[in-house]
Amino acid sequence: MITKLNHVSVFVLDQDSAYDFYVNKLGFQVHTDAAMGPGMRWLTVCPPEQPDLEISLMAISAGMMFNDESAAQMRELVSKGTFGFGVFECNDLVATYEELKAKGVHFKKAPKQEFYGFEALFVDDSGNWFSLGQKK
Amino acid sequence: MSARLPDNYPRIYLYRRLVQAKIFIDTHFSERIDLNCISDEAFFSKFHFIRLFRQIYERTPHQYLISVRIANAKRLLASGMSATDACYAVGFESVSSFTSLFKKQTGSTPSVYRQQQLDLQAAIRKAPLDFIPNCFAESNGWSKTAILKKPPSE
Repeated sequence: MITKLNHVSVFVLDQDSAYDFYVNKLGFQVHTDAAMGPGMRWLTVCPPEQPDLEISLMAISAGMMFNDESAAQMRELVSKGTFGFGVFECNDLVATYEELKAKGVHFKKAPKQEFYGFEALFVDDSGNWFSLGQKK
Repeated sequence: MSARLPDNYPRIYLYRRLVQAKIFIDTHFSERIDLNCISDEAFFSKFHFIRLFRQIYERTPHQYLISVRIANAKRLLASGMSATDACYAVGFESVSSFTSLFKKQTGSTPSVYRQQQLDLQAAIRKAPLDFIPNCFAESNGWSKTAILKKPPSE
C-alpha cells in the first residue's frame, strides 16, 4: 500500500537561480544541498509546512539522465513553459499573490474564482508553471 | 493583471497594505521594530491592523515577527554562528527570552539545534549518497565510491 509521496523532481535550467527563486522568493526551506562532484549538485527544498516532501531541483545537463540532444530538447521545452508541475496551496491566495508579485514572481493568471476553486498560476525562474490554490 | 476577488474579500488596497507590512517584517526583523511601527507602515490603526493581519496570516503581527526571527536564527545557527550572536543578529535583546522562544517553536535549545545542524551537514559532506534516493543517484551516475570535490554551500 502506497502511503505518501516524499520526493518529486522539477527540472530547472540553473540550480543557483532556482535556489534563489524557491528559497528567497517562495520561502521554501532547503532540505539537502550536497555537492556530488564537479558541476553536480543534489538540491532539494520543502514547502514550509510540508518538511517531508522534498522537491528535487534537478539541473538539466548532459550526463547519465540526459544525452546532449535530450538535454537541449528538455531545456528548450522547460524554458518555453511546456510543463506544469503541480498545485501549491496557501492560506490566503490574494495575499500570497500580492506578496509574490512584489517579489518579482511572474504570474500567468491572477487569482480567479473558477468552478473548481480559487486559483492563480505562477511561473518559476526556469519556465515551469504551477497552480496556486487557497486552503478551503 | 489584477485579482478578481469573491465578494466577501477585503478590498485589494487593504491586502496590499497588509502584504507591505508583512514584507516590512520580513526585511526589518533584525531591527528594533514594534507594532506601532508596523501598523504605521501599513497606514492602519493598531487594532484594526492586528485584526486584519491575523485574518490573513492566522497569527498576530507580533507572533509573525517572532517566527521570522526564529527562522532566521535557525539559518544563522546552521551556518555555525554561536547562539548568543544569532540571538542579537535577529533582533532579540535577551538571550534567555530568545532561548525560551526558540525552544518553544523548535523543541530544541539554540545550542542543541546548532550542533545537530552542524553534525547533519558533516554527515552529508562525508556520505551524501546516504541522503539521496538510490534511483536518483543511479540515474545521475553517482556511485558510493564517488570522490566529492567540495562540500555544499562553500
